[in-house]
Amino acid sequence: MPTVNLDKKTVLRYIGKKVTDKVLFEKIPMLGTDLEQITDDEIVVEIFPNRPDMLSEEGFSRAFSAFMGIKPGFRHYDIKKEGSTVAVKDLPKEWPYAVCAIVRGLKLDDDKLRSIIQLQEKLGVTLLRRRKKGGLGLYPLDKIKLPVTFTSYKKEDIRFRPLEGSAVFKADDILIKHPKGKEYGHIVEGWSRYPVFVDAEGTIMSMPPIINSHDVGKVTGSTKDVFVECTGTDLDTLKAAMNIMLLTLADMGGVIYSLEMDYGKEKFVCPDFTPRKIKLDKAYAERLLGLKFTDSDVGTLLSRMGLGFEDGCALVPSYRTDILHPIDLVEEIAIAYGYDNFESEMSDAATVGSESSKTIFLRKVSDLFIGLGYLECKSFHMSNAKTLFDKMSQEVSVNLVRTANAVNIEYDAMRNKILPGLMKILSENTHNEYPQNLFEAGTVFLKDKSSETNVSETVSLAFASAGLASDFSQMKAAVESFALNLDVGILFEEYEDSSFISGRCAKIVLDSVSIGVVGEIHPSVLVNWGLDVPVSACEIDLSKVMDAVKKQ
Amino acid sequence: MAENKKKTYNLQYHEIVLLKKLSEVKKSTVLALDKIIGIDQAAVVRAAMQLSKLGLLKMDEKDKIIITLTREGKTVIEKGLPERQLIHSVLKDGKTDLSKIDIKDKNVALGWAKKEGLVELEKSGNGMLVKVTGKGNDYYKVKSDIELDLEKIAGGKPVDKKMIELLKKRRFITADFRTVRSLSMTPAGERIAKSVKLVKEVSKVTPDLLKDEKWKDVRFRKYNVVAPVSPAYPGKKHFVSQSLDYVRRIWLEMGFKEMEGNMISTSFWNFDTLFVPQDHPARDMQDTFFVDVSEGKLPDTKIVGSVKKVHETGDDDSIGWGYDWKESEAKTVVLRTHTTVLSAKTIAKIKESDLPVKYFAIGKCFRNESLDWKHLFEFYQMEGIVVDKNANFKQLLGYLKQFYKKMGYTAVRIRPAYFPYTEMSCEVEVFHPRKKEWVELGGAGIFRPEVVKPLLGIDVPILAWGQGLERILSEYYKITDIRDLYRNDVSKLRTTKLWMW
Repeated sequence: MPTVNLDKKTVLRYIGKKVTDKVLFEKIPMLGTDLEQITDDEIVVEIFPNRPDMLSEEGFSRAFSAFMGIKPGFRHYDIKKEGSTVAVKDLPKEWPYAVCAIVRGLKLDDDKLRSIIQLQEKLGVTLLRRRKKGGLGLYPLDKIKLPVTFTSYKKEDIRFRPLEGSAVFKADDILIKHPKGKEYGHIVEGWSRYPVFVDAEGTIMSMPPIINSHDVGKVTGSTKDVFVECTGTDLDTLKAAMNIMLLTLADMGGVIYSLEMDYGKEKFVCPDFTPRKIKLDKAYAERLLGLKFTDSDVGTLLSRMGLGFEDGCALVPSYRTDILHPIDLVEEIAIAYGYDNFESEMSDAATVGSESSKTIFLRKVSDLFIGLGYLECKSFHMSNAKTLFDKMSQEVSVNLVRTANAVNIEYDAMRNKILPGLMKILSENTHNEYPQNLFEAGTVFLKDKSSETNVSETVSLAFASAGLASDFSQMKAAVESFALNLDVGILFEEYEDSSFISGRCAKIVLDSVSIGVVGEIHPSVLVNWGLDVPVSACEIDLSKVMDAVKKQ
Repeated sequence: MAENKKKTYNLQYHEIVLLKKLSEVKKSTVLALDKIIGIDQAAVVRAAMQLSKLGLLKMDEKDKIIITLTREGKTVIEKGLPERQLIHSVLKDGKTDLSKIDIKDKNVALGWAKKEGLVELEKSGNGMLVKVTGKGNDYYKVKSDIELDLEKIAGGKPVDKKMIELLKKRRFITADFRTVRSLSMTPAGERIAKSVKLVKEVSKVTPDLLKDEKWKDVRFRKYNVVAPVSPAYPGKKHFVSQSLDYVRRIWLEMGFKEMEGNMISTSFWNFDTLFVPQDHPARDMQDTFFVDVSEGKLPDTKIVGSVKKVHETGDDDSIGWGYDWKESEAKTVVLRTHTTVLSAKTIAKIKESDLPVKYFAIGKCFRNESLDWKHLFEFYQMEGIVVDKNANFKQLLGYLKQFYKKMGYTAVRIRPAYFPYTEMSCEVEVFHPRKKEWVELGGAGIFRPEVVKPLLGIDVPILAWGQGLERILSEYYKITDIRDLYRNDVSKLRTTKLWMW
């Protein structure tokens, strides 16, 4: 979620009424915005991804002043006709759309310019998905000659001075050398033609979505009239981003002029601020919220969210792309009503609770080992091959489940056994008193083609005893006690396992299937873990035991 | 005296034994008594001190030198001083080559003999000749003072103080200062010694004692009940498990059934069924752990088809997200980012005739970030859903308030939030009474119809929440570094206070 630093004076000016810090503190979060802090100069907020229209001082104030009832309702913005057409043609299939408009009469200053650039960046990151979905650009209108064309050139044919660049570069050099080229170059990777805006005199204005021209695409504090464009992959998103920018500029005092977008087969006028009309079923809202409304209540509440209400329909501003379903209108009503005003209510839905059979089984096993004097441990399910295999003197299994992108390489694989985790715990507790008797029961993971995710998840139990008196017979006695108490018949068979001392290790067999290993840990493993006392241990596949118990 | 007669003494076994024995011998010392009555000295001292305190015996403490002959000292008594042995071996020949003298401690002997002028050394070729002087001859004829005094010591007779120093220097004796405790009876002691009955004292109850009422004839040795003992460690449930058991109980009491399911999921269940668009930032590599396996499998085409449609074009009521939904993206395998996966899978199995139903789950979720005092890459989430045609937003608040009240938080508030799968969406906060601040604990809301309809077939309000648990558990256990919850420090596991609810 993007954090936005809003200039407090500007916001308060737009709200147009004195609002104390206390009210800001209370009300901003209730509008559905995470308030980070309020200082003398700034209001720092995190804007949720559904409200990109609030990413500027203008947009935030528009929403907040409506919410506070100071300037409620759907706002109309006038659009004048520029009478110019933008041709959109010959574009790469990866970047087919553009919308353009003009705003005149802006009295820009450094603050406003900073606000515009912040909005442009934040829209790029959020609504336009780090420019993967689109890019948005502004140009000083006096530097370009209408009409403008959005088309594509072969990359060899593109040469211009990129914004803040030192000289004229070829397209591919811009991608390699310019900071924005480095940041966003991956988007156009592999394209044979790059999109360009070209003015009536053939000047390259920009190469979307990478960079504008320094000569004709740099807006400054003295710019009065701007050409605005938004290009990308999804027309609805571009229109929303464009409208958010245009309304911000209009709130700054600019006048919006429309342009005709000519796609050859299809033409449309940009911008279009016509609100969407969505039917609101009052009973639906009442039922979901547990409240009763009159029609006028609904109208008032929607107006607090900047929405209109006519003939049972909500009028949704063009930039509110998050409203997909009447349920979203219900939420608008709920937010306007105030989440802090809802009374809680106990439901009378009578249902009977029950625990899962796995929880019950694990608790029984856990109680048994606690009774035997063992301490329960809880480790992470994530581990690494060194812990799970190398330190246990085992070959790394091909069925180890690894993550593809772990930030923390200490935890980049899913445990296939629990015992290595217990050994790790013992190694971290050599300063504590012995004997140390530990157990853990939990999920283990192995690659398994037959499962939905290609990973099987089973439940395993490991227990270990460290101390001078620890030995095989102690473990075997615990296993026997376990089997007796669960009423499953098990057998022991001689077994070799590289983690255990040869001749002091047994396989545990249930219904002629191996369900685990018990034995004295091999000295090499003890040394690997930095232990200087003997350890005997056992690991049992609890899923198999659970199945056997269920069968009975 | 009359008072004393009435006085009774609760004497211990050792005290009675000592008193009776001393009454026989009248006077003795602790040292002597411990041998006679066969109790270790410390016990005799303890008993004597107690009896002395009670006025039953008199104890005088005096420091005394205890002289003991060393091995060397005993040799001197047997064979004479080393210098005497030296002269003896030289006298056989008159003069003897030094290298041929074969006695123990030759150098010591030679040193003393030269110092006292008993022998002289003469150069002879490469070697040295030892010659006994006249003084040496005289010396040899009579026993020296040292030899005589050592004999006295052996006979238990006193010797001069200067001699003791000399003998110590020559390591013939050791001299230790000891406290000698002389004991003598008092009249009260005598009286008690005659009247008190000696009861056998034992340390343990044995099967034999329990036979034929033998225990009636013994006393049990008294313990120092305030003395420290070595610690006892219980087998114990991990403190996190204890609290999770309680959380589980709360939901069970409110009539919720427990959900179970895998921690690894396809993106389809983790994201797509929850109406998270495929280009949503939450699905980025940076937040989610992707599992390095081939594409997972999708459920039956009916569900997949409805999910695809609702993403792409919506349905009668929803306009959907409006993009090309890709099956391949849904087939990626991830570590579940929330337990909401379990809710989605559960809803897909519910039939309309089952309603109302309530489910909960407590399970691990994963977030791809580094581990520090505030962040865990795997953490518990408590999930709940209420599928009920009559469910509403106020009830959602009711369930959450009820839960947190049982967790010790009376003030609960919600504020608007955004999740792609709920509408209303809210962030749940509880008021921390000590810190006086609101603590964020997780999300809640009502599942969007775009989530419910493809899974359940009909649009029913489903109240849902996914709340973090580690923050409140840390609070209870006064843990400031969240990693300590899963550090498994054995001494912490043994001693951390129990979850008391």
